[in-house]
Amino acid sequence: MTETAYTPRNRTQLAARIAQDIPEGWYVNLGIGIPTLVADHVPPAREVIFHAENGVLGIGPAPDAAAVDPWLINAGKQYVSLRPGGSFMHHADSFTIIRGGHLNLCILGAYEVAENGDIANWATSADDAAPAVGGAMDLAAGAQRLWIAMEHTTKDGRPRLVRQCSYPLTARAAVSRVYTNLAVLDVTPGGFRVRDMVPGLTLAALQALTDAEIAMAD
Amino acid sequence: MIDKFVNSVASALAGIQDGSTILLGGFGAVGQANQLIEGLVEAGVRDLTVVANNAGFGTAGLAHLLRAGRVRRLICSFPRIPGSTVFETLYRDGKIELELVPQGTLAERMRAAGAGIPAFYTATSAGTLLAEGKESREINGRTYVLEHALHGDVALVEAWRADRWGNLTYRASGRNFNPVVAMAARLTIVQTQHVAELGTLDPESIATPGIYVNRVVHLPHGDPVL
Repeated sequence: MTETAYTPRNRTQLAARIAQDIPEGWYVNLGIGIPTLVADHVPPAREVIFHAENGVLGIGPAPDAAAVDPWLINAGKQYVSLRPGGSFMHHADSFTIIRGGHLNLCILGAYEVAENGDIANWATSADDAAPAVGGAMDLAAGAQRLWIAMEHTTKDGRPRLVRQCSYPLTARAAVSRVYTNLAVLDVTPGGFRVRDMVPGLTLAALQALTDAEIAMAD
Repeated sequence: MIDKFVNSVASALAGIQDGSTILLGGFGAVGQANQLIEGLVEAGVRDLTVVANNAGFGTAGLAHLLRAGRVRRLICSFPRIPGSTVFETLYRDGKIELELVPQGTLAERMRAAGAGIPAFYTATSAGTLLAEGKESREINGRTYVLEHALHGDVALVEAWRADRWGNLTYRASGRNFNPVVAMAARLTIVQTQHVAELGTLDPESIATPGIYVNRVVHLPHGDPVL
């Protein structure tokens, strides 16, 4: 076995890679963590409209300390700004946007994604100390597309792209694409298909870090 | 003359019984009627079922109500308090019941209660632990879970402006669950930052019409602090 030289994407590079694939005009909800960073990498001239569960549509960049409106936060409870054209709605209407299939895209983090598109991202066991789900199940079930941003493996090297999720599910067969620090993979009826990998990485090396079977996309 | 304003927190909360189900607006630190919740602590009501998105924020309001042991059951999507373990401790010690509900299902169950809809089907949570024990059904090839309306005895709302008919506006993301809880309870009590003369609120901007509101108290407590 030959060692291949490659550099995994860091969080910023991963967010930038995802941002490349979001076309103008899409309505997008970003989960907490790496997904939130994606907004910073969409050029301002490309009009992508970001939504937050707590009733904000048209989120702009994070405000300077002097420009903070203490009444304007996102679902991660961070201060945000509203861009011209933005709007507010109450929670039932905000989740009408989510559950009614109106979002073109949602990007979430995950613990595991299975080859059939199952996602596990809210609990690490069935008897969590104090479970919390937030809007994850609504977003996963409701958005037109669900993309996942995550590390390809856990810190101790366990694959996160699996044949079957071991953690409690957030939704079944919901994920359409996974962006990891190593590769971009589509979820297809035939399983994971690799769209691209970081330079220097081989399919065999990627497979060694993946529980599910993977193949190159056509 | 209709005048829903009352002069004090105590009179706003008058008549709330032990064992009530209390619906709370608010998301994180923004838009939660903390002064009214503090009033509940002071009033001494107990054995409450509280419906809220989070388990409070900071140490006041819902976090205080929990700490004081007044809540028997929390219906919640994200029972966390940043920087606090009040809820986790109560839960671990078996001193509080938790009904964990996806955030959109929580909002829709209250909207349904307000709209006279006893139950509805949703794709959210289908095939997950949170759907266990619930009726589910396939419609057009997809599995949906039956969820029931969630009614409150009392709703506590924080508004930005209110007039004497109880018409309300909100500020920015302070709207959140407030209009939803306002329509889902038999007794809706509002604390407002500002008072508006009747007729001065733009009818196009009233997010909660006064028909949903029973009592209003003016509590200009300032901005939320994260």
